[in-house]
Amino acid sequence: MSKFKLITDGLVKNNPTFVLLLGMCPTLATTTSAINGLSMGLATLFVLVLSNMAISLIAPVVPDKVHIPVYIVVIATFVTLLQFLMQAYTPSMYETLGLFIPLIVVNCIVLGRAEAFANKHGVLESAFDGIGVGLGFTLALTVLGLVREILGSGSVFGWSFIGGRDGMLAFVMAPGAFLCLGYLMVLFNKFLKKD
Amino acid sequence: MAAKSNLVNMVLVLGTTCLLCSGILAGAYALTKEPIDAAAAEKTARSIGEVLPHFTETSYESVEVDGKTYNYYKAVDGDRLVGYAVESTVVGFGGPLSLIVGITPDGVVYNTSVLSHSETPGLGAKCSTDEKFIGQWKGFNPAEKKLSVRKDGGDVDAITASTITSRAYTLAVENAVAAVKAIGGDVNAHTGASVKPMEEASNE
Repeated sequence: MSKFKLITDGLVKNNPTFVLLLGMCPTLATTTSAINGLSMGLATLFVLVLSNMAISLIAPVVPDKVHIPVYIVVIATFVTLLQFLMQAYTPSMYETLGLFIPLIVVNCIVLGRAEAFANKHGVLESAFDGIGVGLGFTLALTVLGLVREILGSGSVFGWSFIGGRDGMLAFVMAPGAFLCLGYLMVLFNKFLKKD
Repeated sequence: MAAKSNLVNMVLVLGTTCLLCSGILAGAYALTKEPIDAAAAEKTARSIGEVLPHFTETSYESVEVDGKTYNYYKAVDGDRLVGYAVESTVVGFGGPLSLIVGITPDGVVYNTSVLSHSETPGLGAKCSTDEKFIGQWKGFNPAEKKLSVRKDGGDVDAITASTITSRAYTLAVENAVAAVKAIGGDVNAHTGASVKPMEEASNE
């Protein structure tokens, strides 16, 4: 499989959000604005690439019966590392995403890619798979955040186009998240995913 | 794919993984501790700076009022007491609402700022952005104005459609005022006589 195909697969054919429906909790909760969605996506991308690489390296020596705990420890290490880095260098973003950063540990996309891909493939391939799936997740969260921000707050990446007025607030709250996700999923599968 | 499991390799692999990971994290913690502390300190300094006039030094202290402990920063400019920045947390509409309330020694609220909240976006969340609501706290003198929302017969203009958040905000300020009263001692708090309140544009 070419490296390029690994990336496009993650973006479109195996898009974690719109096709595989994995990691719904951060998807719905953190996409109140495009910036938040983008940051959450990039944070997950970071963990995904590193954990995929590490797991593809250690997989051959990990005994079958303890492979889940070992993978979780590895993933948790990278998430904690990310937490330290964000707290130190992007404290305001860390506060916005709050609880959802530590929760990347149990994001099923990360463990899912470890189980389904990284433990059967080489380091380089796993890295590209991580980049592809991570970018797919980032893309989905950014688009979802953008749509919700435009409808709910009347702004694009924090730049407001309706002055001081309110947007359609429902879209910033949970019901709007489900609605937007549903419609985006329909559009995505109709126009992009050609199977 | 995976190696065959037996007790020895399970213990060995899991143990080594945990050891290695703890080692990495300990190193990362040591490396990032300094910038994390710096970021936290900068944030506190910024929030105190928002709610109090110019100061040179602060000290972190706490006071107990009615069984509840309030942490506050005592800010001084040289020898002169500038005021107190009190951290005050109450239950809002969606969860805890934390404010930092700057109060000058004469008992007047200098300014307030939201540290964290979990209010509804677009409604209660406006307590950290609505200029009309936030603005009214600048120079609010509890000796002259009543600390409750207009609906309850006070002098605080509530945020439209967010009375509960506004009440919580008001309560947080009230608690902070009570805390400063308790710190008291060297301040001529709440006589109101010597106080010349800032003129604020009335919203009525």
